[in-house]
Order: sequence, then structure tokens, then C-alpha cells
Amino acid sequence: MAGQLHIAITPETLFTVGGFEVTNTLFTSYLVSAFLIIFLFYARSQLKLTNRPTGLQNLLEVIVGGLYSFIDTITHSAKKTSAFAPIITGFFVFILLNNWVELLPGFHTIIYTGEPGIHLTNIPGASNIDEVYAVENSTEEVHLEEENENTGVALLRGANADINMTIALALVSVAVIQYYGFKFSGINYGKKYINFSSPIFFFVGLLEIVSEISKILSFAFRLFGNIFAGEVLIAVISFLVPVVLPMPFIGLEIFVGFIQALVFAMLTLVFINMATEAHH
Amino acid sequence: MENLPSALTMSIGGIGPAIAIGVIVKAALESIGRNPEAGSQIQTAMILGVAFAEAIAIYSLVIALVLKFV
Repeated sequence: MAGQLHIAITPETLFTVGGFEVTNTLFTSYLVSAFLIIFLFYARSQLKLTNRPTGLQNLLEVIVGGLYSFIDTITHSAKKTSAFAPIITGFFVFILLNNWVELLPGFHTIIYTGEPGIHLTNIPGASNIDEVYAVENSTEEVHLEEENENTGVALLRGANADINMTIALALVSVAVIQYYGFKFSGINYGKKYINFSSPIFFFVGLLEIVSEISKILSFAFRLFGNIFAGEVLIAVISFLVPVVLPMPFIGLEIFVGFIQALVFAMLTLVFINMATEAHH
Repeated sequence: MENLPSALTMSIGGIGPAIAIGVIVKAALESIGRNPEAGSQIQTAMILGVAFAEAIAIYSLVIALVLKFV
């Protein structure tokens, strides 16, 4: 029985394209990106200039307008808001969707074995006499791991439960911070890091470089830790009590996913705002 | 017994952030109660502060996961 609760900290490879491993988290993030791109292009073609928007346009105007005015309360500048809104909104929507799709049915339960056909015995929880027999007879954990490999991997898995994904997002975020710093303050922004005018400023610059690196780590681990912990929590609860009890935890995960997307976007915005302020 | 290090990491590492988040939210609620008009601004700052405090708990979670799975 212990072999059925399968928790993997690293994503599992589905297939390789010319030596490039396509993992289940990467596959899911491509699906989310494709959905966002197709949906938004479709929605853009449906936009009408009207005083009373309805349906889809209404929903999109609420999201975009709400985020725009939220960003404006932090930047207090129309120029900065229009410059930062697209990337902050992009971060927020992409992370939010990635956090939420994980809670849909089918995630972690659709198993990909790489072979055509339906393998009923490979569904986790389905009883298989040979497997149970093998588990009972084996005393070593090595045997259990072999069985996990044989049962295939989950086809879909939330992308933010993969450390590679969150590190990539954090790198993009910190790169954007530096980009806007240089764009708004010019070459003077570099003096924040490398400054030979006095020994004190030189060491402050070193500390600033360290703090940028720690920003990458804290962005990446905050998002990864929260989402992976949620995944493990729901896996453990559904393993112990499969009916009814996981429901409040799924509600909690919807909330946590929203808060983490908000925190990621908001911290990026606050750091960009700090980088573009005039140097004191 | 082999799970003890990760369990201890998580439980001891959770103490500090729990107290910190409690203090942050307490202060924010008190100031919202005193000045309800500034509620949205205080809420934004509060979420930021909570996120920073929570990051410490997340670090211990990551260490616990590394001890458990790697």
C-alpha cells in the first residue's frame, strides 16, 4: 500500500524531442500558454468600442482594469503604470492559471506510459494482484521504486510545482527589474552596484549585488514551496480520506494560488518601482 | 526515526514565521480599526510583509523536502 502514495519532487520526463526532455510540468505550462495565447487573441478579435460591454469583454475589462488601477496605487504615476502594467499583468495571469489548473480533475491521475492503449491496472489505486503480491514479498524499498517506474508518469502536473519553472520566472522577474532600472535611470543605475567614489559605497554596492541574488532565490522558493506543499497536502489527504475531506483543502489551495500569484506580481512591481525611483 | 530531521526542521522552522505573521496581521488590523479609510493601503503592505515572513517558513519547508526526498 505504501507504494501507492507517489510524491516526486522532480518532474518526470514524458518523452524527448532530439535530446530535449519534455517533462509533465513543461507540457502543462505549454498547454496553459497555448490556452492563454489562443483565448486572448480570440477575445481581442471580439472587442467592441461601446459604453456598455457585455459578456467576455466585460470580464476581461474587469480583470485588466482592476489590475491597472491596482498597479497605479503602488506606482502613483501614469507613465510608470502604463510601462509596467503589461508585464505585471502577464506574470499575475500566467502564475494564477498555472496554480489553478493543477486543481482540475485529471491532473496527477491521467497516466502516460508511452505506449498506445488503455492500461487499467496502471491507474493508482486500482487493485492489481501481481503488484500487491510483489509489494508484500519485497522487503526493500528499491523494489517499490522499480514498480513506480513501470506504472508510467502523470501526464499533467502543475508547472509551479517544478523548481525549474519558478527559477525561470524569478530570473525573468529580476532581469526585468534591472532592465527598467537602466531604462529609467540610465547608466547611473549601474552605480548602485559598482561605485568607486568611496569605500563605503563600494561595499554597499556589493551588498546590493548579494540582495539581487537573494531576490532570485526567495522568488523561486516562495512560489515553489507553496505550490509544491499544496500538491503534497492534497495528495496525502486524498490518500488518507478520498471522499469529501479534500474539498476544504482544495478551497485553501485556490486561495493560496491566488495569493502567491498576487505576491509574485506585487513584489516584482514594488522592486521595479524601487529601482526606477530617483537615486537619493 | 529517519524522518525525524525533516519533521524537526519543519516544526522548529515554523515557529518564527508563525509568530511574525501573527504580529504583522495584529498590527495591520489595529491600524485598520483606527483608520478604516487607509484599509486598502494597509492591506497591500500587510500582504507584502506576510509574504516576506512566510518566505522563512518556505525555506525550512524546502530544506525539509530536500532531507526527505533527496
